[in-house]
This record gives sequence, C-alpha cells and structure tokens, in this order.
Amino acid sequence: MRTRALVKRIIRQFIRDKRTLAMMFLAPLLILTLVNLVFSGNDYDPEIAVISSQEQMASQLEKADKSFTIYENKTLAAEDLENEKLDAILEINPPTTKITLEGSNPTANKAVMMTVEKTLKSLTPKNNQQTSMETEVTYLHGSADMESFDYIGPFLIGFFIFFFVFLIAGVSFLRERTTGTLERLLATPMRRWEMVAGYVLGFGIFTIIQSAIIVSFSIYVLDIMMAGSIWFVILITLMLAVTALSLGTLLSAFAKNELQMIQFIPLVVVPQVFFSGLFNIETMADWLQPLSYLMPLTYGGQAIRDVMIQGGGWPEIYDEVLVLAGFSLLFMILNVLALKKHRKL
Amino acid sequence: MTSVIDVFDVSKNYGSQHVLENISLNVKRNEIYGLLGPSGAGKTTLVKMIAGIETPTNGRIKVLDTDMPNLHNMTRIGFMAQSDALYVELSGKENLEFFASIYGLKGQKQKERIEHAASLVNLTDYLKRPVHQYSGGMKRRLSLAAALLHEPEILILDEPTVGIDPVLRQSIWNELYKLSDAGTTILVTTHVMDEAEKCGQLGMLRDGRLIASGSPQQLKESTASATIEDAFLYYGGVRNEN
Ligand SMILES: Nc1ncnc2c1ncn2[C@@H]1O[C@H](COP(=O)(O)OP(=O)(O)OP(=O)(O)O)[C@@H](O)[C@H]1O
Ligand SMILES: [Mg+2]
Repeated sequence: MRTRALVKRIIRQFIRDKRTLAMMFLAPLLILTLVNLVFSGNDYDPEIAVISSQEQMASQLEKADKSFTIYENKTLAAEDLENEKLDAILEINPPTTKITLEGSNPTANKAVMMTVEKTLKSLTPKNNQQTSMETEVTYLHGSADMESFDYIGPFLIGFFIFFFVFLIAGVSFLRERTTGTLERLLATPMRRWEMVAGYVLGFGIFTIIQSAIIVSFSIYVLDIMMAGSIWFVILITLMLAVTALSLGTLLSAFAKNELQMIQFIPLVVVPQVFFSGLFNIETMADWLQPLSYLMPLTYGGQAIRDVMIQGGGWPEIYDEVLVLAGFSLLFMILNVLALKKHRKL
Repeated sequence: MTSVIDVFDVSKNYGSQHVLENISLNVKRNEIYGLLGPSGAGKTTLVKMIAGIETPTNGRIKVLDTDMPNLHNMTRIGFMAQSDALYVELSGKENLEFFASIYGLKGQKQKERIEHAASLVNLTDYLKRPVHQYSGGMKRRLSLAAALLHEPEILILDEPTVGIDPVLRQSIWNELYKLSDAGTTILVTTHVMDEAEKCGQLGMLRDGRLIASGSPQQLKESTASATIEDAFLYYGGVRNEN
C-alpha cells in the first residue's frame, strides 16, 4: 500500500522530467550508434591448436610463433575451443589445411587468420610456392561477416543501461535526502524496506521500457548479431538495471550532493569497463583478475554475449542472472541498513 | 489531564557539539505547547526527536506512553518540517495524494480529507498547479495541509507560520484552536514572540537548555514583565549571570 503510493509518485515525477527520460532512453542509443560507427579492432595474441599428421611441420609452427600449441588429441582441442581456452584449431593434413575458429570475437578471428597466414608463408620455401595449400575455414560460433561491433555491442548494451540507471536512480534518491523529503517520509509510518522496495519498483518500470528500447534498437536498427532470443537479452539487461538501481540508491547515502554522486562514476562504473570483460582479462596481472568477479557487469555482459552471439538460452544464462539477482538483493538489504542512520526503525 | 508527550532528561550531541542539554518537559492532551527560542537554540532538533526521526544521545522520549521511535505512533503524529519537504515536480494535489496514501487514506475518504485540508490553508484553487510554481508561503501552507491529512492526535509543527501573511496566520491559529478543542495535542516551535502568546504552555529554549516553562501568563507574572519578550530576556539574563 505505502510502497504502491511511492511507486505511483515516482512514475508521476519521472514523466514530468522529460529530459531525464530522454537521457535514460535515447542517450544510450546515440552512444551505441557512435561506437558502431567508429569502432575498430586492436592487437590480440591468439591461442591456436595445431593438429598435424606431419610432426615436423607441427613443431616448426610451434617454434615459429608462440601462438601455436601442438595437440595430439582432436577431441581435447575441440573441448578447449568450446571453453574459449583456444581461439582456433589448425589442422594440417596435406593437401588440405583446415582452420576452425571459435568465432565469437572478430578481433580474435582476424588475429588468427593473420598469424596462420604469416607463419605458413614464412615456413614455406620460396621456390615451393605452388604447394601453398587450400585452406578451409569454419566457425564454431558466429560467421565470417561478424563485425567487431557484434562482439562489443552486447557488452555495451549492458554497460550503458548500468551507467544511466545507476546515475539517475542514485541522484533521485539523493534528492529525496537533500530536499528533506526523506526525513518527511521517515516521520510517517513508512518502513525502511518499503521505501527501498518502492524505489526499485518505481524505477524498475522505467528500466523495463529502457531495456526493451535499447535491445530492440541494437538488433533491428544497428543490426547487431543476434543468435538467441531477444527476451533473454531483455531479462538480463533488466536484472543488470535492477542491480545498478539498487547500487545507485545505496551509494547515494554516501554522497552529500549531486556532484559527489557523479564522483562515484570513476570509482564504481568505469572500473567495470576494464574488469568485466570488454577488454581481455587474461592479459591483466594475475592479482587483478579476481576483481572481475566483484563486478556485476562481468555477469551481465557475459550472459548477454552468451545469448546474442552463441545463441544460448536459459541453461547458459541462469547462473549469471542469479548472481545479478543476488547482487541486487545484497545492495537493497544494505540500503535498508544504511537508512538506519536516519531512523532506527 | 493526561500527558501525551514526555521528554525525560534528554541530551543531544552532534559529534562534540552539545546541541541539547538535559531537557525535560511534558505536553498534556489538548494543549498547544509552544517552543520558543532564538535561531540555533535547538528547537528543530528537539521536535525531530519527539517525531521519531532523530535519536537522543541520552534520555528518553515517550509519546502516547510509548518510547519513540515507534511506527504505530507515527500514524498518530502529524509532522510539518521546518523546510518544506514537497515534491516540486508534482502538483499540490498529487503531493497531498501521496502523503494521504502513505497514511492509508484512499478513495472517497482521501478526496474529502484533501479537500478539507486544502480549504483550511486556502489552497483549493491552486491544487492543480505544480508546486515549483508556488510562492514560499503557499508551500508552507501545503506542508501544513499534508501534516493534517490523516487527522493525527498529535501535531508537531516546526515554525508553521513563517512566510505567511498576518490575515492567513490568524486563520491558521484559529484552526489550531479548533483542532485543540477537538482533542488534538499541538507542539509548535516559533521564534516570534507575539505568536508565543497564543500558546497555552510555553517552553523557552536557549543554547540547548530549557530556561523556563509555564503558561505565558505565569511566565510574565513571575518575572514581572509586560511581554513574553521581556520574560525571555529575563530568564536568559539570569542564566548568563550564573
Ligand atoms: N545534523 C546536524 N549536524 C551538526 N549540527 C547540527 C545538526 N543539526 C543541527 N545542528 C546544530 O544544532 C544546533 C541547533 O539547531 P536547530 O536546527 O535545532 O536550531 P533551531 O532552534 O531549530 O534554529 P532555527 O530557529 O534557526 O530553526 C545548531 O547549532 C546547529 O548548528
Ligand atoms: Mg529550526
């Protein structure tokens, strides 16, 4: 009842604030479009398994470039490829050469092709060019016309939703405190958890709309690769939004004004870009890597990728969705406790 | 008469700053109790603790025989904060609807209460306007209306008439008398001396101490002063000589 009153009020306030609505719904679309236009790939060291009937050839390859590793066993290689320990499998059985790419990451695909081409060329004697063999390329996931944006796009969708919801919900809750209305509410019989629940539900309604708009725009206008179901993507982005919402309202308790809320962005939001998998975590110092487990975006981004690129469904994403739900619940409970600072009950 | 608000030896510190020291007072049913004191005396801090949104560092506060804060009691208290706590994007009516639903008023009953409270503070014609278009006095009046909605047994008003013109101020006081006659207990803070005369009981607060209390008449007589202002100065002077 009291929570419903709060939800209704938040919706009314939000609808009056056209500019914030636009920021939440349109700004991510603009940025995604820009990134789509400007994005270009960067250097990448691929991991390639070599399986060859010619042992000499295989060991030559392994010596020539550290990207190559000899695998005796094809099923083992296939397994590692599926687990993304490998980027590709190179099978050399003259006269055919077969490359199987993992395929999700276009940057990795490009790097694999270049490394293989370069190395094979350097190993083939100049006078023997006609033996250059036919190469057959197959993809485990994705396809040759997958662009870099298809790879980072799913992650960015998650990121922008996280970013804007974090900021808007955080600032709104902060205003409740700075304008004295929080205190006014605490003089009513409203419970602390009712207040937190009201905020999550009230903003939650807008984040559903936001998720739907951003995901549809990416798929139907930007033509991002979409192998799975749009509903799963919307579900994941929604969970991510609720996490951002609960984290934003929680952290607003530690800010005195809007500017201080914005100061949380470099502390809380930006690190997620670096640690959550947009950039390769494996290339990071070992002691830094566990940080990625603390970042909600790691789970959100991974799950969206699972669906959009690898066509995953519920079995592939449920664990990530549950982790996000856990984060949200944790932040909400902490927020209820943080409000204790204002009123003990 | 029964005591509705009991404050026992309450002190409040913010860090090392002593804002209130050993305050004891009680307010009886139907009474209009005025807390008089200059700016910074600690009036707001004291009424917030009584309303349950601040906790005393020491001492105890009971409202309706229950220790504060208590959620059930909060439905029986109407609180008007010193700074207008309103949602400026919303209209006056939407603000009142929000507070009414928090107190569980709905449907016809809610409509009636909103109309009644709005007419009390002369805002009926402005209810549809967004609050950011209100003048300072109009916001004050809307805050007062919000505190009256659920017909609380106890009204706690922190400087309710600041920025309100004398004519409307008089009509608001008349309304407070009516509510008090009907059984409402009212605790009001003010730093305006002539308003203090209107209260049944007065507590004089200065530098965090309750320097005197009693009816305005008693306070004037016992200090042989013509006005409350003189009485206040008298008590303040006595304390300073100690
Ligand atoms: N949250 C706070 N933190 C630190 N000090 C505070 C806080 N709130 C109030 N104070 C201090 O407590 C003292 C009393 O403040 P209070 O607001 O109760 O005064 P007041 O009597 O209501 O004054 P006014 O008539 O100006 O409203 C002031 O010195 C003020 O600086
Ligand atoms: Mg005050």
